[in-house]
Amino acid sequence: MARIGVFVCHCGENISSTVDCAKVAEIASNYPGVVYSIDYKYMCSDPGQNLIKEAIQKHKLTGVVVAACSPRMHEPTFRKATAEAGLNPYLCEMANLREHCSWVHYREDTTTEKAAELVRVLVEKVKHNEELYPIKVPITKTALVIGGGIGGIQAALDIANSGHKVIMVEKNPSIGGKMAQLSETFPTLDCSQCILTPRMVEVAQHPNITLYTYAEIESVDGFIGNFKVTIRQKAKSVDHKACTGCGLCIEKCPIKKIPDEFNAGLGNRAAIYVPFPQAVPNKPVIDRNNCTYFLKGKCGLCKKVCPADAIHYEQEDELIKVDVGAIVAATGFDIKHSDFFPEYGYGKYPDVIDGLQFERLASASGPTLGVLKRPSDGKEPESIVFIACAGSRDPAKGIPYCSKICCMYTAKHAMLFKHKNHHGKATVFYMDIRAGGKMYDEFVRRAIEEDDVNYIRGRVSRIYEKNGKLIVCGVDTLLNSRPVEIEADMVVLATAAIANSDSEELAQKLHISYDPYHFFSEAHPKLRPVETNTAGIMLAGACQAPKDIPDTVSQASGTAAKVVALFSQDELTREPLIAYVNNNTCVGCFLCQSVCPYLAIEKEEIRRRDGTLVKTVAKINPGLCQGCGTCVALCRSKSIDIHGYTNRQIYAEVSALFNRREYAGV
Amino acid sequence: MQEFEPKIVAFVCNWCTYAGADLAGTSRIKYATNVRIVRFPCTGRIDYMLILKAFQNGADGVIVSGCHPNDCHYTSGNFHARRRWIVFNELLELLGFDKRRLFFSWVSAAEGAKWANLVNEVVTEVRKLGPFTEYEKLSKINVNSIGELCNV
Repeated sequence: MARIGVFVCHCGENISSTVDCAKVAEIASNYPGVVYSIDYKYMCSDPGQNLIKEAIQKHKLTGVVVAACSPRMHEPTFRKATAEAGLNPYLCEMANLREHCSWVHYREDTTTEKAAELVRVLVEKVKHNEELYPIKVPITKTALVIGGGIGGIQAALDIANSGHKVIMVEKNPSIGGKMAQLSETFPTLDCSQCILTPRMVEVAQHPNITLYTYAEIESVDGFIGNFKVTIRQKAKSVDHKACTGCGLCIEKCPIKKIPDEFNAGLGNRAAIYVPFPQAVPNKPVIDRNNCTYFLKGKCGLCKKVCPADAIHYEQEDELIKVDVGAIVAATGFDIKHSDFFPEYGYGKYPDVIDGLQFERLASASGPTLGVLKRPSDGKEPESIVFIACAGSRDPAKGIPYCSKICCMYTAKHAMLFKHKNHHGKATVFYMDIRAGGKMYDEFVRRAIEEDDVNYIRGRVSRIYEKNGKLIVCGVDTLLNSRPVEIEADMVVLATAAIANSDSEELAQKLHISYDPYHFFSEAHPKLRPVETNTAGIMLAGACQAPKDIPDTVSQASGTAAKVVALFSQDELTREPLIAYVNNNTCVGCFLCQSVCPYLAIEKEEIRRRDGTLVKTVAKINPGLCQGCGTCVALCRSKSIDIHGYTNRQIYAEVSALFNRREYAGV
Repeated sequence: MQEFEPKIVAFVCNWCTYAGADLAGTSRIKYATNVRIVRFPCTGRIDYMLILKAFQNGADGVIVSGCHPNDCHYTSGNFHARRRWIVFNELLELLGFDKRRLFFSWVSAAEGAKWANLVNEVVTEVRKLGPFTEYEKLSKINVNSIGELCNV
């Protein structure tokens, strides 16, 4: 016989102001199976929890229904209290009287009536609850870091320095990411590569880090503590063990006019290349899409000149399988490119460039060796117009969000220009200046006040070319919206920061969610900013939202701390709310196998003692099952059920929904 | 005469719509008291026999709501729910069931107001249709066999 206790919480006045809690408790006491029913001001407080514990022991309860707030809020609290009283925690259920009743209805009879019915539904459910025990799973103490930019580097180093193994996968031939492309960094104006490259080298030399460059994630299976990842090592066509990095092959390669990705298209590279001089690893790969040997089957110059015989044209993509316990996604961001601004002539006029191209022009290691030259004719510009919010905060362009970094880097660009050309004219068009951050606003003020950068608050409507000059037509909203026209030699657009084009694909491989702009979603915007909704997968850096370097590094360290905390345990405890199969009725159709998103359903052979096969049935892998229950609803022979939401429980709930039971036949 | 108050059951998933309904609560958005929420881990878990069971037990309208496409906590449960929903609807149509009593929606954890509107709209719609009595008529014939079919 069921002995159920009902505990109705007032939640101060949050519930009791619209629901008559005492009446709910009284009605509940008459439900079949309920042996104890009481209301109390704060059920989650210490005295409230003691009330539950004492009642469980005194009345020998076999089930507990706490009618209070949302189970998403306090279910763990009350399950813990139940367990402390010696009752299995999974025999405790919550009726949501606050979020689903008192807060959304007025004080009426129907509100109290609904509250009482919600309690009855859970009383009927809890009668069918079973004792359940948490599942223990072992943890593979190796982390996978996807992306070798500053976010990935920081996370990898922090995890590796705490003594755990790290596998880093980078899509490009070298790690370094966007930060390696920058000239100087705000607000200190220290050289980006000078602070980054030592970290890159540290990653390459760290005994705990295995680095895969020119590699991508092929597939991800498994779950927290036990991911099985397949890495696609793209064919480099160069044996990096044999290669000495002498660079002779690059020198001799006849194909030299390929737009250089690292220099944002402003320079050229060969078909066999190292992306930049400080690359890690500093060894070349062959770009097969542009190599004559791969396109036409002849050439082979690099192979002929290589003194180490390291060129292997026949190399193929290799699939590497690794087991990891946690995954850090640190895949970074991209910026909007040319076709985006026809009104600004971006893509049409070579001297209208984006922020990343300006970084390369200003960089000492860039295509112009740090001398600012316009791409069209190589002249040093005397006047540059910088346009902030090029795409960002512009719903018409489909990007309503703020790209966050542009205000600061635009001020930095203007400053760098003025430092290189003291008599030059720098003009910035802006909407608002968002310089929140340590020493950030001071930095922008310095650009305006000390470096004499002309800040105009207003938008640019159009840019056109006249007599070799770019005419920028805008408006000054602080001067009665007066139209302004400025002659410029070069225009720099602070184009919007966007998610990588393949971020959606990666999110689907990782089973993590992403926002409407295809940035990865965190588990909670405030309280769980580094985790994703998929346990064991964390985020670092601008793959979550546009971020500057300090923010990325802080988040990466936060993520590393989460990973290390996970690795500090030997076993992981998981909720036992997973599916299970009734072998007696399973007919082995395996329809369930095709719908399981976690590939958690395996085949199990049932044999007699003499070894003859009786039948093959489905078997749920408790480590993989996440408890969605899709297989349960689909099973034709009703042979799969799910703990916590069993057919018996749910049908009991539905049967108890309404008072109109006279014809219900139950 | 007192206005007819329809009884509405909502089968929702734990991660999106249940949380969306919680948000409606924390935002204090008022809506009709007629709805009773039954929590599932995922819309993919919802066995559509339960909908018949709900009608059998006196529901006048049923809402099924989960995460938006591509937002499923379990990646694809909502797609399976949608597929089976289509098939189930075909079946009901064949049986001559009044499908205006069935509502399918996506309500995310951030859409408290959408949830409140959905409930109010459903209540208004079903109020127009009046009480659902078909099962009552059926029950006079043989209701227990239906219970068995539902695996109770």
